[in-house]
Formats: sequence, C-alpha cells, structure tokens
Amino acid sequence: MLSSKVINESHGQDSSYFLGWQEYEKNPFHETLNPSGIVQMGLAENQLSFDLIESWLDDHPEVLGLKKNEESVFKHLALFQDYHGLPAFKDAMAKFMEKIRGSKVKFNANKMVLTAGSTSANETLMFCLANPGDAFLIPAPYYPGFDRDLKWRTGVEIVPIHCVSSNGYKITKEALEDAYERAHKLNLNVKGVLITNPSNPLGTSTTRGELDLLLTFTSAKKIHMVSDEIYSGTVFDSPEFTSVLEVAKDKNMDLDEKIHVVYSLSKDLGLPGFRVGLIYSNNEKVVSAATKMSSFGLISSQTQHLLANLLSDERFTTKYLEVNRKRLRERRDRLVSGLKKAGIGCLKSNGGLFCWVDLRHLLKSNTFEAEHSLWTKIVCEVGLNISPGSSCHSDEPGWFRVCFANMSDQTLEVAMDRVHGFVEAMVMNTNHGKQKRTMWDSRRRSLINKWVSKLSSVQCESER
Amino acid sequence: MKQLSTKVTSNAHGQDSSYFLGWEEYEKNPYDEIKNPNGIIQMGLAENQLCFDLIETWLAKNPDAAGLKKDGQSIFKELALFQDYHGLPEFKKALAEFMEEIRENRVTFDPRKIVLAAGSTSANETLMFCLAEPGDAFLLPTPYYPGFDRDLKWRTGAEIVPIHCSSSNGFQITESALQQAYQQAQKLDLNVKGILVTNPSNPLGTMLTRRELNLLVDFITSKNIHLISDEIYSGTVFGFEQFVSVMDVLKEKKLEDSEVSKRVHVVYSLSKDLGLPGFRVGAIYSNDEMVVSAATKMSSFGLVSSQTQYLLSALLSDKKFTGTYLNENKKRLKIRQRQLVSGLEAAGVTCLKSNAGLFCWVDMRHLLDTNTFEAELELWKKIVYEVKLNISPGSSCHCTEPGWFRVCFANMSEETLDLAMKRLKEYVESTDSNRLISKSSHERIKSLRKRTVSNWVFRVSWTDRVPDER
Repeated sequence: MLSSKVINESHGQDSSYFLGWQEYEKNPFHETLNPSGIVQMGLAENQLSFDLIESWLDDHPEVLGLKKNEESVFKHLALFQDYHGLPAFKDAMAKFMEKIRGSKVKFNANKMVLTAGSTSANETLMFCLANPGDAFLIPAPYYPGFDRDLKWRTGVEIVPIHCVSSNGYKITKEALEDAYERAHKLNLNVKGVLITNPSNPLGTSTTRGELDLLLTFTSAKKIHMVSDEIYSGTVFDSPEFTSVLEVAKDKNMDLDEKIHVVYSLSKDLGLPGFRVGLIYSNNEKVVSAATKMSSFGLISSQTQHLLANLLSDERFTTKYLEVNRKRLRERRDRLVSGLKKAGIGCLKSNGGLFCWVDLRHLLKSNTFEAEHSLWTKIVCEVGLNISPGSSCHSDEPGWFRVCFANMSDQTLEVAMDRVHGFVEAMVMNTNHGKQKRTMWDSRRRSLINKWVSKLSSVQCESER
Repeated sequence: MKQLSTKVTSNAHGQDSSYFLGWEEYEKNPYDEIKNPNGIIQMGLAENQLCFDLIETWLAKNPDAAGLKKDGQSIFKELALFQDYHGLPEFKKALAEFMEEIRENRVTFDPRKIVLAAGSTSANETLMFCLAEPGDAFLLPTPYYPGFDRDLKWRTGAEIVPIHCSSSNGFQITESALQQAYQQAQKLDLNVKGILVTNPSNPLGTMLTRRELNLLVDFITSKNIHLISDEIYSGTVFGFEQFVSVMDVLKEKKLEDSEVSKRVHVVYSLSKDLGLPGFRVGAIYSNDEMVVSAATKMSSFGLVSSQTQYLLSALLSDKKFTGTYLNENKKRLKIRQRQLVSGLEAAGVTCLKSNAGLFCWVDMRHLLDTNTFEAELELWKKIVYEVKLNISPGSSCHCTEPGWFRVCFANMSEETLDLAMKRLKEYVESTDSNRLISKSSHERIKSLRKRTVSNWVFRVSWTDRVPDER
C-alpha cells in the first residue's frame, strides 16, 4: 500500500543519534525545574549570540513589523513566491558569505539557489548530480543526518572515505583512492565527493593541502565536489577558514562547473527554526534545475525579508561574526579544560559547536558494543546526551561528539561535574577490585545520586 | 559519463508548458495602470488579492504576532531554535480548527494527523514519495493544474494517467471515465496507486458533487487504492451550495474509522484562501499513522519557518478574525467572479458555471479557426500578444477538448478587470467583423484589424515576443 521508502524505514533515523535525542526529550535537564534531568550535549545549536540579534531587532522594529519606510510590505511579501528568491536577500547572503571568507572569495547572487535549510539544499543537490544507485564519497566520521538527507528519497549511496585519529583525521590520497575502489567493487558509479568544512563532528577545518588534494582528485576523476560550509562562520581559532572556492581560485578552477557549495544560517546565526539554506554553483544547468526544485522547499518570504535587512547591516554582521567567534572559542576552551581535568582529551579543534572527544580509555574493550554500552551509561546514569562515534560512522570505537554552544555556562559546569564524578567512580572501580566492591558501590551510588534522578528502569533500558 | 542526473538533463521538470511560458511573457511586459497601461494583464495567476486589508488590519491590531512576542515578552530565541518537524503545536491546532471552520464544523481534524509542509507543492510531492514507487501511477481528472506534472512526477518518478472529463456533462467525473483511466494505466503496464482530485477544482472552479465523491470512495474501496483530495481552494467557495469535503462523505458513509479512511488523504494550504503563497504554508492530513510518521520525517526537506508558524497560529487562533475573514472573502470573490462572467457575456463568451476558486473556465471554442489544439494555441498567442491578456490555454491543463481557457479574476483590481474585459470585447468584435467579410476583402480586413487593435497594442519587436527555448 505504501512506498518502499516508507515501509523499509530507510529514513536513517533509527540511529542512536536520534534515539539519544528521544531519551533527552523524556527527561530534559532544567536548572530549576529538573536539575537531575539529562543535559543535552548532542544538539549542535548555537545559542551564544542571540542577544546581539535581539538587540538589533529592538533597534529595527519595522523589519519584523513588515514595514519599509513606514509603508507596509505585507502584501508584497505575502504574494512573493518567486523561486529566484528575494533579490535583496540573496545579495545580503552573498555579502555575508564573502565577509566570513575575509573577502577572499566573491559570491554572485545569480549562482545562488535558496532552499529551506541545508537539509533541503543537500538533498536537492543529490537529485541534480546523481541518479538512484550512484554514489558520493564522504569522509567519515560524518553528520548522521546525511544518511537520511542524501540517500533516502534520492536513492543515492554513500561510500565513506576512511579517516583515522592517528593523523588527526586528515583526508589522504590513499583514503580517497581506497573509497573510490570500494565503490567500484560495489558496482556503484561515483558521482562526487561531499565534505563538511569545517567538519561535523570533528570541529576542524579542512586544510589547504586537503582541499588541493580533493580538487585534484575530483578533477582527475571528472566528478563533483560538494562542500557543505554550514559551519564556516564558527571558525574561532587558527588555521583560518579556507573555502573550497578559495583553493579552486588558486588552481584556476574558480569557474569550474563541478564545484558546489552549500550554506545555511542554522549554525552561524543560530536560526535553525527559520529554515534558511542555499546552494551555490557555477554550473548553470544545476542552478537552473535546483531553482525549479526549490519549489519543494522555498524560504518563507517573511523570513527572507527579515534576514535581508539583518544581513545588509554591515556593522551588525562584522560585530556579530567577531563576537560569535570569541564566545565560541571561550566556550570550547571551557569544555576542553573541564574534560582535561577528568583526564579526557579531545581532537584539537578550531571551529564548530562541538568537540570530538576521546573516551577510548573508558571502553571495556576496543569494540563498538563497548562504545554503545559506555554511551548508554553516559546517557542514562551520568545524564548527558552525547553522540557516539558509531552514529557518525567513525571507524574507531570510543570517540564521542560533545556539543558546547547550546547551553548556559552553569549547565556546562553541571555537565563537567557529572563527568568528573563518573570518571572518578570508574577509576575507583578499576583500582579497588572485587573486595572493596560494596564500599565502592555505595560511594558510587552516593556520587551518582547527587545528580541522577530516579529514572525508572524502563526509560533507559529500552531495546535499540 | 553523464555529469548531471537524468532529472536535470531530460528536462523532465514539466515547466515547458505554455502555462509557465505565458507567465514569462507577462514578466517581460507587465501591465501597470500608470507605468505601463498597454502591458499584458496577468490573468493566468491564481492569486487571491481581495482580502489583504483584513489581514493587514489584524496585524496592526496585534503587533506581537509578527513582532515575535508573547504576552509582551520576546520569544525570538524559542522560535529561532524551533525546528521540530512535528510543528508548532499551537499552529497545528489553529490550522485544524480553521479547516473545520471552512467545513462548517461538520467534520473534525486531529492536529496529530497533520503534517506541515512548505506549501501544498511540497505536501503533494511528499505524499507521492510516501504512496508510490517510481513507475507507479496516479489517476487525475482532466483538466488539471499544470503544476502537477512537475510536483507529482518529476523527482518521484510517479506517472499521471488522466481521467477524461468532458464539457458534455460539465466535466464531471463518471464511473466509465474512471474505469477507462484505470484500464489505460494497466495497458501502459503502470501500477495504479491512487486517484488525486483537486476539490474545488483547478482549473474548473467547480466543486465535486456528492455523487462524484461517493463514486470515488467506492472506486478506491474496490480497487484498494488511495485517494488524495487537494482541498487548497476549500475556503474560496462563494456559491450558495456548501463545500462538501471527502471527509464529509467518509462520515456520511460511516467509514471514518475504517480501513478505507486510512487511504484517504487531504492536502491543504494557505496560499489561496488567505492569499499567502509567499509564506509557504501547506499540510497533509492523513488517517494512516505510517504515512503521518514518514511524511513528518520527509517534511525536514521543506519545513515551515517557525517565524511564519507563529504569526499564523496567532492569526488563525483568533476566531473572530477567521469567521469574519471567511465570510468577507466569499462575498468579494462572488462579486469579482460576477464581474468577470458578465464582462465575458458582453463579449459573447460564456464559461462553465462555477461557485468556487479564483478563476473561471472559459469557453472560447467558437473563436477557434478549427477544432484543434493548434488552433487553440494560435488563439492563445493572439490573446497574449495582441489582446495582451495572459490566460491559460486548456491544453496546458490537459483538457481533451480544444478551446477552453482558465481566466483568473482575483489577482487584480476592479478597474483592471474592466479593462481586460474591454480589450477582450474589442478583440471578439474585430474577429467577428473579420469573419463576416469574405476573402476578397482581405486588405480591408487587415487595416480594420490594425485600427481596432492599435488602440491598445504595444509595439513589441518580434524577437521579444518569441519565448526562449527551454
């Protein structure tokens, strides 16, 4: 009766990434109302700079009020459904993207296609670049949502490019060739490579060397290069953010028709609810087709109007980017030092809203089963929803993505206290051995009791 | 090796139809009362511009809705972060109640069965992804909205097989037409997954009768297939008759909790009733949990902006507003439709008797040189380029009989509609007088025509008048 897309449940949403989220929804932490609830550290939201936007809105009430020079623009916006988008908004987005890249790259509004979020942008690009059964190579670990966004309705396959911790997860020529070979062995036609730069979940920006390597590779294989630069405005440390378009320019490939960039305001500006994304491409056919496809996910004109005004204000955007970066760096530093105190290290990052945390030493065995059981403990006993590396298709068990920008300073403190408590208890468990177990058990219980609410065994013990 | 997908290279987007081309022509030379009085009048766009004043007044009285405030407090942050594909609960509740109000509270809508989408364009495509495999078919009564060729088929791979309706019975759906369409699909080796109807109909402007709705429900029951009822124009019914939804019929047949009811899905949008196509607000309503669940996940690809959900939840929760709006909207649509109908009558042109929608289905068969679609296209070109009215030819709506055109009336002022009717009358009169004179007076005809036409024909160079090849 229903399509196989529905029946096969191929939506990719059974992964633990989404399930941890569900667990959090059942018992969410709240400073006063539910202090022993689960702290959400699995959601890559940027809540650090809303005050800047709110004060801009207070200073410009006519924008939300749908007025321009005291004239109502309501009717014009209500009727505006042109899939070419509000010109003022595309211009403002182009300028904003240029600013993020230190003006090293220019963006032409005519090469831009607006979409309802980068979720829509990425899927649309797949519909344009690949046929069902074709494959895209993606460096792993990668954003769990891609399994749904890129594959579900498009029929496209993902073949991971294996990246490992031993070299800081850098993309190598061997890894690229290896992925390409594996795709061929699976009889898959490789249509392109898709990267997220800066990386989700790693929090690191792709180096010039890697970008050069990628473009050389895709150019030689005559395949597409898609760069999802959704986190480009969150790079707060060196090395500076380098866009694929910058390296393309250096290689005289800046008009190359097989390079496409995806962007969104969900992370840099913290506006995932407004559904603002875009595709940027030199390829006229892609722009033309993607524009028509954007009919299936246009941005509300009410929202385009708001953001056209916000982002046209150069003083605002300059200040916002600067302050946002500063706050992100401070918050990241807090997380890193908090983890360090607990003897936990993470991958050195320079961007993003999360850290890639190394919990391998806490695993009972070097397996994904052990990772899963550690994750379950952390969600259910420690009360922190973090994302296990397996949900991001990590090759090595024991890594977790931990978000830091979606909570207050105080909540981050609470989370760090819980981590310390948990690690101490684990260390003691190892040290004391079986005889001291009773004493340790009661001590552990008292430590845990400080912040674990009485979860009924049903909630966290459900089969996954 | 092919660089781009076949979806791109095969130009399968369905947008080469004259529906979109006429639109382009208008864009090049749009009528403006003051700035371009000889331009093309847009009568091919089904927009509802008649009641913005009501909404604007409401917005002025309720600044918090657009101002993203609740009880004077800013909720900007909550909305900025709200990306839950289950939608803003207040909005779904208000939308469900609005849909009930349009159906005079005869049926109820459960907000939990609503899936929000970025417009009905997104809703319809999503339903196709949920109900059909590539190569499966949906049966659609003709004539139908040209956009369906893109929305239902392009990325989904689904096929459309027409249910032929004819003017001989007012384009009503008959049992034999249904059977014929079903068989045709089988001949083409297509697996029929369901039927999709637009009720009230675009482009006809008529409502499906109870008889037709019963026929459809019986048919899908016997064939074990789905029925999608796109009720996007449900709030534009201005005649004396009530709007009858497929939900009404399910209730009357006591099928509300039946297995069949799980295969009946309603699509809605605020683009026509409220005139807000720019805000991208659509919805799927389904009794099938699996469909709701899958469609909800798919809505990730086209969520409604939380900023807009909030504005509209406040607007639609105001029952005083909605009651007044729906009534006033009906009144104004009725008056405007009457104006079009009588204007056409004065030009000796009739249309299908309608009581809903934002357009009339106009009969210009008597103006065709021959009873062919070539002649229809010729007539259409004349009307766009010479009479300077962009109307939609029936062939773009897959009508089986040449000579019918969809003419919109709710997207312009009274004065503009007046002018459009004058232009049409002059054209018809000149064509009539043209026909009365025999071939030997060919030269006289030419000059007479030039004089009549020159009153309002803009001197456009030929290159401008040829639409681009796609």
